Amino acid sequence: MEKQPSKPGSLSRRDFLKVSGITLTVPLVVGPRVLKVAGAEVKVFGPGKVPMTFTINGKTYRAELEPRVTLLDALRNEFDLTGAKRVCDRGTCGACTVLLDGKPVYACSVLAIEAQGRAITTVEGLMQDGKLHPIQQAFVENDALQCGFCTPGFVVACKALLDRIPNPTPEDLVAGLGGNLCRCGTYVGIRAAIAQAARMQRGG
Amino acid sequence: MAEREAVEMAEYKWPEPGQRRLIGKRVSRVDGPDKVSGRAKYTYDVNRPGMLAGKILHCPHARARIVRLDTSAAEKMPGVKAVLPLKKVGDEILWAGDEVVAVAAVDEPTAEDAIRAIVVEYEKLPHFVLDTDPKAAGERARPTAEQIEGDPDAAFREAEVVAEGLYGMSVITHCCLEPHGAVVEWEGENSVLVHISTQAVSGIAGQMAGPLGVPAGNIRVKQEHIGGGFGSKFGPDSWGIAAARLSKMAGGRPVKIMLERDAELMVAGARPSYYGRVRVGAKRDGTLIAWESETWGTGGIPPTSPLPLPYVLRIPNQRKRHIAIATNSGPARAWRAPLHPQACLLTMAAIDDLAAALRMDPLDLLLKNIELAGERADVYREELQIAAELMEWKKRWHPRGDPSPGPIKRGLGVSIHTWPGRGHACRCDLTIHPDGSVEVKLASQDLGTGTRTAIAIVVADTLGLPLEAVRVRIGDNQYPPAGGSGGSTTIGGVSSAARRAALNALDQFFARVAPLLNAAPDQLEAWDGRIRVKGDPSRSIAWEQACARLDGMPLTVRGENPGPGELTTAGAAGVQMADVSVDIETGIVRINKMVAVQDCGLIINMKAAESQCYGAMIMGISYALYEEKIMDPVTGRMLNPNMEFYKLAGLADIGELVVHMMTGEKYDRRGVIGLGEPPVVSPGAAISNAVANAIGVRVPFLPLTPERVLEALKKGGSHARV
Ligand code: FES
Ligand code: FES
Repeated sequence: MEKQPSKPGSLSRRDFLKVSGITLTVPLVVGPRVLKVAGAEVKVFGPGKVPMTFTINGKTYRAELEPRVTLLDALRNEFDLTGAKRVCDRGTCGACTVLLDGKPVYACSVLAIEAQGRAITTVEGLMQDGKLHPIQQAFVENDALQCGFCTPGFVVACKALLDRIPNPTPEDLVAGLGGNLCRCGTYVGIRAAIAQAARMQRGG
Repeated sequence: MAEREAVEMAEYKWPEPGQRRLIGKRVSRVDGPDKVSGRAKYTYDVNRPGMLAGKILHCPHARARIVRLDTSAAEKMPGVKAVLPLKKVGDEILWAGDEVVAVAAVDEPTAEDAIRAIVVEYEKLPHFVLDTDPKAAGERARPTAEQIEGDPDAAFREAEVVAEGLYGMSVITHCCLEPHGAVVEWEGENSVLVHISTQAVSGIAGQMAGPLGVPAGNIRVKQEHIGGGFGSKFGPDSWGIAAARLSKMAGGRPVKIMLERDAELMVAGARPSYYGRVRVGAKRDGTLIAWESETWGTGGIPPTSPLPLPYVLRIPNQRKRHIAIATNSGPARAWRAPLHPQACLLTMAAIDDLAAALRMDPLDLLLKNIELAGERADVYREELQIAAELMEWKKRWHPRGDPSPGPIKRGLGVSIHTWPGRGHACRCDLTIHPDGSVEVKLASQDLGTGTRTAIAIVVADTLGLPLEAVRVRIGDNQYPPAGGSGGSTTIGGVSSAARRAALNALDQFFARVAPLLNAAPDQLEAWDGRIRVKGDPSRSIAWEQACARLDGMPLTVRGENPGPGELTTAGAAGVQMADVSVDIETGIVRINKMVAVQDCGLIINMKAAESQCYGAMIMGISYALYEEKIMDPVTGRMLNPNMEFYKLAGLADIGELVVHMMTGEKYDRRGVIGLGEPPVVSPGAAISNAVANAIGVRVPFLPLTPERVLEALKKGGSHARV
């Protein structure tokens, strides 16, 4: 199963044959079926468990999961990567934000099976050599957290924002972080933290 | 045990300003790095070996009787380990979302399938979920006894100006981002391990013991971090007990039940609504002399209690009536400063309307009557002046109704508030290890308020050590008991206990070290990592060296609150002002700026104290403008049990926020006073008043939605009458 396709829906017939070849030799693993939809062949997984492989924070993780399992639940329940939080579970609050190929996504709204073959970065992946990332450091110093439950999602969303816009305006902040909610009310600290992190990234 | 009673010599006071290295300074929280890195483990994050996923089937009807309950299909499903009916045939359900059956299965998808396989038939019964009209409530409305002080009738006859208005605020929910829930496992026949999201680590075992039939001493309760509580997480709740029972049925395997978001919003936390018709009478010069109110409201079941009216200002001559309404809309729970935001709105809005009727600046009207605030009148006066400067009130205030052209109207509003917040009962153990490290243990919890950090600050400052030298362990009921974190009682309780423990430790320590320094114990002090002779820094010994004198045994002492000395008192006072813009074409209200001026006695951590105020203002903006538990009268269900339509304020909604904490000798002298509740009280009133000032009419109810703003504009509002 090493060669999972890099993008969903981009399966060639050859990929399929390879995959189903493995399925035949390993009968306990339920492989995908293929349906013809509007003239094209579409791979159908499940309903049982399917083997999956992920690249998370640069490491390879494997699990057998039902196709209906979200990336968020896979991270939390299978790999004990509990930094991303489950709050609304339907793409409203941002507490589950992770990076998928560098772009912020709501992990509760991505199926695990779709995240295969893509670079997944969670909040756990931001520390380098035991040192907090400058954004994380800025969150601590500006008290941009209270209970901390929304914090990992905010930290990841801030990382994505600063990667894209190193010097965000207040409007950029609203656009970049408007999809994250905090119940304790830490937005003042978050604004200050982002400003500090942006300064630091500019070498200030 | 190296545990000894306090030596009576210790003087239990807070250090003088010059002796505080950490207390009152801006200290980053000690658990910040864990929280920003994802390492911090919350109850929701607890993954135990062999853990099962627990799910609950909730009743879809607001009121119903169960006539059939068949769980056999769920029981037979592969992967399902336990099915536990929580209700039986014949039971009556009183609100939508009530728990009917709990299941435990090998994973969440399987548990969800099992829930779907359960068959329940209900006989629907008539329900009632509306709270705005007590007349419609029939026999569900219960008037409480009328309260009279002085002679309100005579006072209203004497009054030269009377304002009358209708005000109120809807039921809102706590919406903790970490939902309620627990992970429970049986560690043998008679002992239970509970990880639970709770505001009361010490209180949980006692509440679970009865239902589980095990002694409380056999129930271990743990919680490293909690993702919000706001008053809603004091008990194990039926789902916590269900997790324990399911675990037992499954042979002791751990069971995790965390509420789904819809259940969290439907049944796990609601602040009651309050509405009221208020009359307030004054002399032409603004002297307040008469109050009359008829209030009603509900949080569901049980019904509400009367409000503390009039709020803060003790207006002479009052008549108050309250009607408690019971509705099928779920249970009410304490919500950050219970009853105060409601009482504050009803009072401050009525006084603001009176000011409009008097054609007076409401700030002047408050100042004129501030003696009615009683013992803290001076604090309010000082705070009102500071807030006015920070807001440039005198320069920018205009009489009601912004006369400037265009659809955007701007206005200012003011409100004052209070909260007791006396430190709760709390014990802590402080251990000095022979290697010099210091450990503090207590079964408290850090709600996000910075409890861990505050304890570390107090102990480090007292022992003359750096913050990192102190390891604070909380969140485990095996540690000395501490009160629940409600009512802003935590900071007073834990800081006082920690201070006493540290002073007791020093007493014992000084007695051992004194001979080394050729001094009497009471001549010593701990400063900058050393024990030294007061006034003679040349005679000193490093902390670690002194600890080596412990004969290889750790020294453990106890600190307790309440205890000797006045380390904590009660009664915080605060003032808030709001500057808003209202678009009278769309009805949209925007916050431009808010100012909070707050007293909380001696401040332990300035950074955390300010965060509390910012957070409270933001929560206040949220309930003032957006939040509402919307009930559908037809189905009796909540229409917005999610985060798309149950709206919380976001980063874009808060405007500029300014916090000013009162400090100085006068405030320090009062000791430590809790801060969680007070700053969340005023925002609703201040914002409502600012909107009235902007558009010239009162929008009677919060949240100030565009629809309500437009309706008030159309009707001319329910505004002051002369
Ligand atoms: S949990 Fe994913 S957006 Fe809220
Ligand atoms: S810090 Fe508590 S939810 Fe954001």
